[in-house]
Amino acid sequence: MIKFFLMVNKQGQTRLSKYYEHVDINKRTLLETEVIKSCLSRSNEQCSFIEYKDFKLIYRQYAALFIVVGVNDTENEMAIYEFIHNFVEVLDEYFSRVSELDVSFFNTVFHGTWQAHSSPYQEPIDELPKICSALEPQQACFSPDSSFKGAASTTPIY
Amino acid sequence: MVAPSLKLQDLIEEIRGAKTQAQEREVIQKECAHIRASFRDGDPVHRHRQLAKLLYVHMLGYPAHFGQMECLKLIASSRFTDKRVGYLGAMLLLDERHDAHLLITNSIKNDLSQGIQPVQGLALCTLSTMGSAEMCRDLAPEVEKLLLQPSPYVRKKAILTAVHMIRKVPELSSVFLPPCVHLLHERHHGILLGTITLITELCERSPAALRHFRKVVPQLVQILRTLVTTGYSTEHSISGVSDPFLQVQILRLLRILGRNHEESSETMNDLLAQVATNTDTSRNAGNAVLFETVLTIMDIRSAAGLRVLAVNILGRFLLNSDRNIRYVALTSLLRLVQSDHSAVQRHRPTVVDCLQETDASLSRRALELSLALVNSSNVRAMMQELQAFLESCPPDLRADCASGILLAAERFAPTKRWHIDTILHVLTTAGTHVRDDAVANLTQLIGGAQELHAYSVRRLYNALAEDISQQPLVQVAAWCIGEYGDLLLEGNCEEIEPLQVDEEEVLALLEKVLQSHMSLPATRGYALTALMKLSTRLQGDNNRIRQVVSIYRSCLDVELQQRAVEYDTLFRKYDHMRAAILEKMPLVERDGPQADEEAKESKAAAQLSEAAPAPTEPQASQLLDLLDLLDGASGDAQHPPPLDPSPGVALVYLLDLPCAPPPPAPIPDLKVFEREGVQLNLSFIRPPENPALLLITATATNSSEDDVTDFICQAAVPKSLQLQLQAPSGNTVPARGGLPITQLFRILNPNKAPLRLKLRLTYNHFHQSVQEIFEVNNLPVESWQ
Repeated sequence: MIKFFLMVNKQGQTRLSKYYEHVDINKRTLLETEVIKSCLSRSNEQCSFIEYKDFKLIYRQYAALFIVVGVNDTENEMAIYEFIHNFVEVLDEYFSRVSELDVSFFNTVFHGTWQAHSSPYQEPIDELPKICSALEPQQACFSPDSSFKGAASTTPIY
Repeated sequence: MVAPSLKLQDLIEEIRGAKTQAQEREVIQKECAHIRASFRDGDPVHRHRQLAKLLYVHMLGYPAHFGQMECLKLIASSRFTDKRVGYLGAMLLLDERHDAHLLITNSIKNDLSQGIQPVQGLALCTLSTMGSAEMCRDLAPEVEKLLLQPSPYVRKKAILTAVHMIRKVPELSSVFLPPCVHLLHERHHGILLGTITLITELCERSPAALRHFRKVVPQLVQILRTLVTTGYSTEHSISGVSDPFLQVQILRLLRILGRNHEESSETMNDLLAQVATNTDTSRNAGNAVLFETVLTIMDIRSAAGLRVLAVNILGRFLLNSDRNIRYVALTSLLRLVQSDHSAVQRHRPTVVDCLQETDASLSRRALELSLALVNSSNVRAMMQELQAFLESCPPDLRADCASGILLAAERFAPTKRWHIDTILHVLTTAGTHVRDDAVANLTQLIGGAQELHAYSVRRLYNALAEDISQQPLVQVAAWCIGEYGDLLLEGNCEEIEPLQVDEEEVLALLEKVLQSHMSLPATRGYALTALMKLSTRLQGDNNRIRQVVSIYRSCLDVELQQRAVEYDTLFRKYDHMRAAILEKMPLVERDGPQADEEAKESKAAAQLSEAAPAPTEPQASQLLDLLDLLDGASGDAQHPPPLDPSPGVALVYLLDLPCAPPPPAPIPDLKVFEREGVQLNLSFIRPPENPALLLITATATNSSEDDVTDFICQAAVPKSLQLQLQAPSGNTVPARGGLPITQLFRILNPNKAPLRLKLRLTYNHFHQSVQEIFEVNNLPVESWQ
């Protein structure tokens, strides 16, 4: 079972966080700093699975952004590893070459995408074409005020 | 006049523009104040924007609880944009602990029944993330209805919500079980994936469901087979593997269904072999599927050929250059090593190579696996590797490595000498990381290996001379030098090169240990005791030793001070007893992991402690202190309560009695001592009404020409027994068969531990004071069984 999902950059700033088990807010920041510290201290040569307290961390680095998923030991680590990549591919399609800036600014979109992508860790690939096809017609529906929030979660919007 | 509120993007830009943490906090606090004011004013138009900003701030770690009620208002609104942010906020901010969460139950119910798909989707997502038990119970019927809707989008989410509900409220499985079989027939992968997760949850929670779903194994096999054999499909292919996530999930379910069930396992065998051979392993997705297959093969009742295939796959993984794959291979091999030990042994060289990895996760796994692979045939080679690893490994692994090596050495040591060498090596390399009882084990081991005393003491002396910082090593070395100092000075030992050791050098070394600031108080105790013991072992005069001992009489450490005072008194007042007290210790008996000692020379120490000025009883230090087993002549002091019996001690033999117990057979008397006409006999009585009790009457007779005066008899028994001495009938035995002295010993032996008895007699005879200490052999078995 996935315990949490984090996107943290190298300086330790959290860009996206989703917890599936309740963690106190001050513990969250602590957890995030510790996690990023352990990920940063590893070199390219080392494997992507870290044992941390009583769960496992599976991380992948994309430029300056680390995507970290914390799981308990019933999960297949390599499937999760693949899954992280799948998620990034979806985002790439949507934002056409997604970057960290997109993550910071389009935070709720990411939440929505992740939610559809994973809740709890299902529903992958077939969303991809749907996301992309859903987006074009909707651009026209944007009101100037609603800014990016008019953008799709992963559904066609009326 | 409130300034127009910031858009989220602007807020983010401002936060990013902040140069320091304090600046950022300022910006955020200002914004939170705005948000709070806006919430108070109840502005419906911009509410969603405010909440979005609040959520962002919450993600950065600032408190955002005042937004909870706003989430409710937004969810209740009719605009989709409001609902979206509202539901997102509900997921992030509300959780079971706050009572407010129940308030959204009604909103969710309304949204679920309205039939607008995106809204239904949102509601289901929120429910599946933070639904509490009450909410789940209330909304279960709604979700069940949605399971049968035609649109796959909503159905998927409904299935996942059902998974969450079952996790929270297991009783709901009866509601969600019937639709599952029907759902398996769907073609849509999303629905399939959800259904399989749902079935997995159901099976994990209830054995009844497990039995029910064994019926669908053939269907699952079919689905998986189709997945594996279809060619490339744009919709579902990830690096050449068709929907690896679905494959992995099906394999996991098959594992649960096939566990301990012959029939299902057989159905799966072919399929698993097919998956294992057909999957393309050049990319990670294929490896993930293969890994899951291997796990499944290991867990079900698979054919032997299949298991061999699994181990070979793991072996191939081990040789792969990708570290992730090696990691999962090592983890799975660790799980396998219990059941298929010989198969895993074949990969031992590769595993040992992995020890050299720089990656901490990998080397830890490799270490665990290597320790599990040690057996009696490869122990020497493995130990060498492991010891080399110990020298270079990172500090957090050291403790595990050291204790692992020691345990393995204990189980598989081919010779005692090798064992001692290994432990010595571990102590010199990683002395500070070993467990506390390593010292005890080593001393016990050395004590038992009589032929190796000279060898061990020499090696320990050399090790100590080089380095006195590793405490366990110093303790063991000090003990050894104390016990076997005479062997050290003898100078000839065929096993290592001869070393001329001077008495003065030995004493200097022990003094160095005593004075070093690196030594723990316990270590100092060892060193001091060792010095004392050397006073009897060495030929030279004892002035140096006496000097050191008297210096420590005023030491600040109470323990050390007490010892020093006692030893000093030993030199001054009780010199005649010194040799007896300080003679070689008898072999300590092992009581499982906690080494217990049963040193029996402590009765004299008890006497000493009465005489010495220090009032307190000597505290038992870790190990080798003189333990108080028995009080002195008075016989009324209480003993420490009996400890748990050592495992493996004599079984309690239950008498199988037909009816009335037969009268206990009388136990024969035992003559235990005879010297110049003075005899000591023991007679045993086991009262039938108290089987744990043994009464021994010691009778001292005198057939010589001279009286025996001041006769004192003391006894000691192992710690698991309790001994009470009653006052003797007298302390004089007149000559020529005069009235004997009798003394009663009461021994309580509730655990039926083997009886051992050590006696100490002192008396005056023929104008000489006689002292005898001896253990009673040939104790009749009936006395303790």
